Amino acid sequence: MLGVGFLLVAALVVWAIDPFDPFLVYQLSSVCYFAIGAAGLTVLTGLNGQLSLGHGALMGIGAYTTAVVLKAHTDLNPALVMGTATLVTAVASIIVGAAAARLRGPYLAGATLGLAVGLPGVAVRFSNIFGGDAGTSIPALVPPDALSSIAPEVWLTWIGLIPTVITFVLLANLVRTRYGRDFRAIREDEVASALNGIRVARTQVLAFVLSGACAGLAGSLLGYTSNLAAPGSFPLTLSLLLLAAVVIGGLGTLPGAVWGALVVVFVPSWISSLNDTVHLPSAVRDQLPLALFGAVFVVAMLAFPHGIQGGVVRLWQFRASRRRPGAQEQAADL
Amino acid sequence: MNYFFVLTLTGVAAGMIYAALALALVLVWRATRVVNFAQGAMAMTTTYIALAVIQLTGNYWFGFIVALAAGLLLGAVAERGVVRWVENGPPLNAVILTLGLLLILEAVVPMIWGAQIRSFPAPFSIAAMQVGAAFIPVSPFNLFTVGVVLLVMVALLVLFRFTGLGLSMRAAAFAPEIARLLGVRVGRLLTFGWGLATMAGALAGMLVAPTLLLYPNNMDAILVYGFTAAVLGGLDSPIGALVGGLSMGLALSFIGGYLGPDLETAGALAILIAILMLRPQGLFVHAAERRV
Amino acid sequence: MVSFSIRRPFATWGARLVVAALFVSACGGSSGSTTNTASAPGITATQITIGSHQPLTGAAAPGYSEISKASDAYFQWVNAHGGVYGRTIKYMYEDDGYNPATTSTVVHQLVLQDKVFAIFNGLGTPTHTAVVDYLNTQKVPDLFVASGCDCWNQPTKWPYTSGWQPDYIIEGKVTGKYVNDTYSGMKVGYLYQDDDFGQGGVTGLDTQIPAASVVDKQKYVPTNINLGPQIAHLQAAGAQVVVLYTIPAFTALTLLTAAQLHFNPKWVVSSVGADPTTLAGLVSTFSKGAAGASLLNGIVTSGYLPATGDTSSPWITLFKQIHDQYISSLPFDGNVVYGMAVGYSFVQLMKKAGQNPTRQGVINTLQSGQLDQGPGIVPLGYSSTSHLGYLGVQMATIQNGAAQFMGSIYTATSDPTNATVTACSTCASKPMPTNGIP
Repeated sequence: MLGVGFLLVAALVVWAIDPFDPFLVYQLSSVCYFAIGAAGLTVLTGLNGQLSLGHGALMGIGAYTTAVVLKAHTDLNPALVMGTATLVTAVASIIVGAAAARLRGPYLAGATLGLAVGLPGVAVRFSNIFGGDAGTSIPALVPPDALSSIAPEVWLTWIGLIPTVITFVLLANLVRTRYGRDFRAIREDEVASALNGIRVARTQVLAFVLSGACAGLAGSLLGYTSNLAAPGSFPLTLSLLLLAAVVIGGLGTLPGAVWGALVVVFVPSWISSLNDTVHLPSAVRDQLPLALFGAVFVVAMLAFPHGIQGGVVRLWQFRASRRRPGAQEQAADL
Repeated sequence: MNYFFVLTLTGVAAGMIYAALALALVLVWRATRVVNFAQGAMAMTTTYIALAVIQLTGNYWFGFIVALAAGLLLGAVAERGVVRWVENGPPLNAVILTLGLLLILEAVVPMIWGAQIRSFPAPFSIAAMQVGAAFIPVSPFNLFTVGVVLLVMVALLVLFRFTGLGLSMRAAAFAPEIARLLGVRVGRLLTFGWGLATMAGALAGMLVAPTLLLYPNNMDAILVYGFTAAVLGGLDSPIGALVGGLSMGLALSFIGGYLGPDLETAGALAILIAILMLRPQGLFVHAAERRV
Repeated sequence: MVSFSIRRPFATWGARLVVAALFVSACGGSSGSTTNTASAPGITATQITIGSHQPLTGAAAPGYSEISKASDAYFQWVNAHGGVYGRTIKYMYEDDGYNPATTSTVVHQLVLQDKVFAIFNGLGTPTHTAVVDYLNTQKVPDLFVASGCDCWNQPTKWPYTSGWQPDYIIEGKVTGKYVNDTYSGMKVGYLYQDDDFGQGGVTGLDTQIPAASVVDKQKYVPTNINLGPQIAHLQAAGAQVVVLYTIPAFTALTLLTAAQLHFNPKWVVSSVGADPTTLAGLVSTFSKGAAGASLLNGIVTSGYLPATGDTSSPWITLFKQIHDQYISSLPFDGNVVYGMAVGYSFVQLMKKAGQNPTRQGVINTLQSGQLDQGPGIVPLGYSSTSHLGYLGVQMATIQNGAAQFMGSIYTATSDPTNATVTACSTCASKPMPTNGIP
């Protein structure tokens, strides 16, 4: 529930900053898809201990499913479209997850990296279905006639918030069930888990499918937000950005996924706005956002080894411990 | 020229370059258990430095030596300056840190030298050699590439197997606490390990640029193939890096040649995944040392 | 539209104003009788703000990142010479890293937050595809897309979008005609980028070159780093003429790889990938001692703008002067000429659109066909039924690092079923207005 709370707080904050800034609202829809993708990845990597560099490609499966479905049925309800994208990506994740369950650490990273780099080529190969390099357009979400006074970007963000909240509610509850405990047990000690009757491989595949389903949903929302499914939208960088969001936000925590999504969406745009106000030689101006974004990664890792959520929890515990000694023992997990 | 023959030879030439970068990644992994995503960008940076030196002095070999020295320095500074502070933290933090370094380097280099694509000199001709009336698709530069990568491989084997320094480095990497108790200056050796690795990366950068040109992102794809090569070989093994690099080079060349260029990456990486299914720890890991 | 007919007196008055403004601009536009107003989003009494999405970082940045800087330099030149009706042009070009998802974000930012008047010269087919629907639903002028996809020319579907450069099919047809006329009976091979650029080029080529002459068609995707397989295949097929639809880096890679394999066909290269300045730089250190520029001698290409090496062209002299004044750190190459030339078209469009233009007014002006060809050597084809820019190209050969035009200037249509390529006897470079400002 903490995750949902944070998301709602974040939404309120964004609206409170400038209720009339439509671009801020638009960015919130990007936050939504990054948050869903990061939440899925944090369950996989943070809770279950499986590293994936291929979640950007899984988002691509979600976006392409969205595009292909909408090409056949233009007016299909977004809920059905997103549901299909989630399901298709979940099915694809069974295969990836089964392969991944045999691999650990950097070997898993290498295999999933292969997925991230190789999959866009498939979309180019089968261009009659997927539209090749230029991709397939995804029509923008438009509010129904009764609500036509709502701006399209506001409508998009409202539509995006619904699956986001559902995802966070489901995940927040799931990690408290037996499955969540099994995920963590395997992360801590596979042999002990097996001795305790946990079916390690099956549970790992389950974690991957769950995480992949989130990536598919996130990809579908990315498609709606950017109106296109194209190979160029799902580079390796996207997978790495998701991982960075998860770690900088706070690995293994759902609020951390939201923090991370906020960082990867807002920091680059703030830096580039700042950049427009100062006069620099053009060679420096062009590259500065990228350099500063990289510096954010470095500084975040040096200053907050447990991510932003880790920092927040520590601050909270520090305040609590001044009132009640011994409170610092509390676990930071979720 | 026979098509298969050409594919094989271009595959080997590319594979040696992947092997050089894979070697750098293996060295970093052995030293600090970190996958260094900035390895390619560091190599790109040292190659730009080399180009500046070559243009200034007109001497390729001077630039070559400066590139290797710059690699040694850059690797050591990166380890001592930033990586050191996350080495004992959660393992993924170091990965994110190196991603940050990658972004910084790929932004700072074009700030200094511009974003244009640059031509880079080769020490030997890159044109195929003529034997009698026929051409064999091997250039003197290809031979130089193969020779220099093999030389580095042998030098590293000698270092790790037969010198005290190499032994200390292995000890520092595998059992830092015990090594420290035995008086090994672990910190320094880790710094040296990163320096050595980045020097190998710098070499890869020098070998890539003459035929694939130099620009801020020119090592991105090489990093991906180098990393998969290292994984394929087993991240701990320099020999594995060589075999992995050659396998990737050949696989990419054959798939690109026979199945089509759009499936080149997908096909080669499908092979990687298939091999990992059979050998989850890569080809050259001695015993199953899976953490239990 | 309905409201216009009801408020006819106002509409007539407004039309008179536009006519007056046009008259004024036709007379040199030095003194207007009315004052500047904030007539549209992004237009104030003193400034016109426009935006663009460009690859400033990432793999597509080399070369292409120069275009927006060159346009900006030209706008600064115009601003220093009185601007457009006294307004200065503010050009905000944002980095999208050639990632369509990022393009979507930066274009929303430009439209919603920076409130630009128009999106100008947005670069790339996949990137721009992501925003073209949005810009048209928001009725934001989407001017002079920097891509030769014929898709931008759909005035019914996308009334606010227009192309500028000749599309890839047109160029392919003219190139194909040249190949067929000049190298008749020789074995032809293609190497093309597997996207709309390469496929469009091949579509055009195929309308002219008999299928029996084409012995091999090879393609690549920009993530390939080794062109060995493709070049070896062309060599094995015995191609004597190879037509390249490649971006500059891959043209250079092709030449280097072919040199490695001692493969020496006649090269014919699309204008996109044949900028002599860029190419000479890319192959300059090829092997030991061989001069880069001489490796390029004899390459056949095409163009629609004056060649960078043509010092007799007043346009080139002026563009070089602007380059030296504002962006001297960049190489003076085809991308710079492109950026300034498309800047010229924009300034002319804004001048013709009148003193206080609206978004719709600018599109109407574009469709009225009043734009002249500016630095180009062929006319622009804008009308109410066509949003295509330059209508044709002229073939050229590269000699000593500069392209030299040869033969007639040709025009063609984008229709793949129509093989007609027409020599345009009236086409020629046009004189430059004072200071190169329309």
